[in-house]
Amino acid sequence: MNFNATLLGQSVAFLIFVWFCMKYVWPPLMNAIEERQKRIADGLAHADRAVKDLELAQAKATDQLKDAKATANEIIEQANKRKAQIVDEAKAEADAERNKIIAQGYAEIEAERNRVKEDLRKQVATLAIIGAERILERSIDKAAHSDIVDKLVAEL
Amino acid sequence: MAATGEALTPQGYIQHHLTNLSVGDGFWTWHIDSLFFSVGLGVLFLWLFRSVGKKATTGVPGKLQCFVEMIVEFVDSSVKETFHGRNPVIAPLALTIFVWVFMMNFMDMVPVDWIPSLALAAGIPYMKVVPTTDVNITFSLAIGVFVLIVYYSIKVKGVSGFVKELTMQPFNHWAMIPVNFLLETVTLIAKPISLALRLFGNLYAGELIFILIALMYGANWALSTLGVTLQLGWLIFHILVITLQAFIFMMLTIVYLSMAHEDH
Repeated sequence: MNFNATLLGQSVAFLIFVWFCMKYVWPPLMNAIEERQKRIADGLAHADRAVKDLELAQAKATDQLKDAKATANEIIEQANKRKAQIVDEAKAEADAERNKIIAQGYAEIEAERNRVKEDLRKQVATLAIIGAERILERSIDKAAHSDIVDKLVAEL
Repeated sequence: MAATGEALTPQGYIQHHLTNLSVGDGFWTWHIDSLFFSVGLGVLFLWLFRSVGKKATTGVPGKLQCFVEMIVEFVDSSVKETFHGRNPVIAPLALTIFVWVFMMNFMDMVPVDWIPSLALAAGIPYMKVVPTTDVNITFSLAIGVFVLIVYYSIKVKGVSGFVKELTMQPFNHWAMIPVNFLLETVTLIAKPISLALRLFGNLYAGELIFILIALMYGANWALSTLGVTLQLGWLIFHILVITLQAFIFMMLTIVYLSMAHEDH
């Protein structure tokens, strides 16, 4: 237990070491540690946020899928409706067309018949006149009796 | 292993191992070996931590940086648990004390004859390699802490506050001032003395036991075998002691300085 100048020397060394440690050793180490802690905390926060984002995105995707399905169903339904409508319209048009064609047919037939009737009538008149001429050839004056024949023709 | 002038006796051997290499006379004696090893270890500590601190990356740290940061964080959390004020000196002080004292204590792990024998071969007669077995070293650390205790007591509470703390406790009556002063002064003085003597006593005793075990190697083979076993056992146990003593020194420093910051 002999105290001597070593005590002083060591005290000075101690003070210098503590000062040096405080000035040049502690701050950079502590900075590095705190910086890393911050980075790790940030990283963890990011990871949390990413998980949340992912969940949101998944929910959104599901929603969109559902929407898309609903839209598709709607479109299909509309198309079906439209199809039925088109078929109905086509049917109606076809009916109308058919009726028109039939009507036209009838009209044409009627016109033809009338024409033929007229022809026949004329031919019959001619024949009747020829027959009558033949019968009355000798006795009857063509010019004098033609008004009677004309009357007959008109009656036919 | 005896130096010049000492007989190769057990007493001489022990005496030789416990003698410092010194220059000067009386009070102005310098223990060269204690100063050399303590300052050397302190510089090694600061250089190592400083170089790690300069290259410290905030990304993935290397193994050395991890190790250094583990120590720093350990000290930092110890300080934060105990010391609730704001003082930039406490944590670096605690780190310096912890690592430096641990390194000085660790010199105890070096087999007792290695460095003295080398020194002797180099012509240096005495060599005491564990600085903390030198009472001057432990007391200078404790005095450093004591100065800080007084400094912060006065800085935080003012001179009057410090004087009041010394005189008005534990009995808050004017008539009791002398008693209070006596009690509180003893309490105050006991802090550095207990710090210094605890470390010195533990390490001195540990070193002495290593020396005694080393003595057995000089005897017959049976004692030598026993010596190996004993040394190994004591070494393993001593790892605990040196770490614990460094930790206690640091912890008590923090506690004392924390008390100095508290206003009663």
